[in-house]
Amino acid sequence: MSPLKSETLPLRTDEDILLVRQTVRAWMVELAFNMVEQTMMVTATSELARNTVVYGGGGSARLELLADSGRQGVQVTFEDQGPGIADIEQALKDGYTTGVGLGMGLGGSKRLVNDFDIWSEVGKGTRVTITKWTLSHP
Amino acid sequence: MEQIPIHKVGEFLLVSVQVDMHDRQALILQNDLTTQVVKTRAKGVLIDISTVDIVDSFIGRMLGNMASITRVLGANVVVVGMQPAVAITIVELGLSLTNIHTALNVDKGMALLKTLVNKSTNEGRHEPFEK
Repeated sequence: MSPLKSETLPLRTDEDILLVRQTVRAWMVELAFNMVEQTMMVTATSELARNTVVYGGGGSARLELLADSGRQGVQVTFEDQGPGIADIEQALKDGYTTGVGLGMGLGGSKRLVNDFDIWSEVGKGTRVTITKWTLSHP
Repeated sequence: MEQIPIHKVGEFLLVSVQVDMHDRQALILQNDLTTQVVKTRAKGVLIDISTVDIVDSFIGRMLGNMASITRVLGANVVVVGMQPAVAITIVELGLSLTNIHTALNVDKGMALLKTLVNKSTNEGRHEPFEK
């Protein structure tokens, strides 16, 4: 599935998180997602972008516009070359935190989107991909 | 970087968060608010988030912190104006915000603050020490 559109943004600072959030919002508006779907995707984006900056030591967010069997989707991939996550299952549990948040970041983000994919290797980095799909129009 | 203004309205402080707040701004607001509560001896704080389009776990934690810190200083906090989409999202995200008083809008928030302040006063929290 090759994307119809893609854009990669850096994630190093607080301001970068804000720009990624605003860009994802603009894409969601463009695809006419409703307010709740927009808010869920932007909130998940905010959680994961912060993880990339704070825990991953910085990285990037790649936005992609996808089309698949009559529906369209906004996909965002967060990638860093940080320390990685030793126990992904534990990290996905609510309340698990090593620092600044409430520990709702990973598990919570997963509930806010349609597709959630995580890869991580200790010493290599972490990659999280989230997708929100429009309803298909047959 | 835009600073979030804190206004004094009678015995209350009013904070209207009108920017897409990043993490450092949220921390600055937390510090500014703490300073102002002490300086003005405000009995209540109203935080208006009606133009805030997301509350993630970090902002949620900041709101909770501001409520707790202000309570320790003898004042009450009410968060008002949360957008419906934000409310749905924070519940799905798993944020409970149980330690925060909330109200639908500024008017209802003011009314709730007055009730909370009266209650605290009757419980003697703001009364001078009597021998």
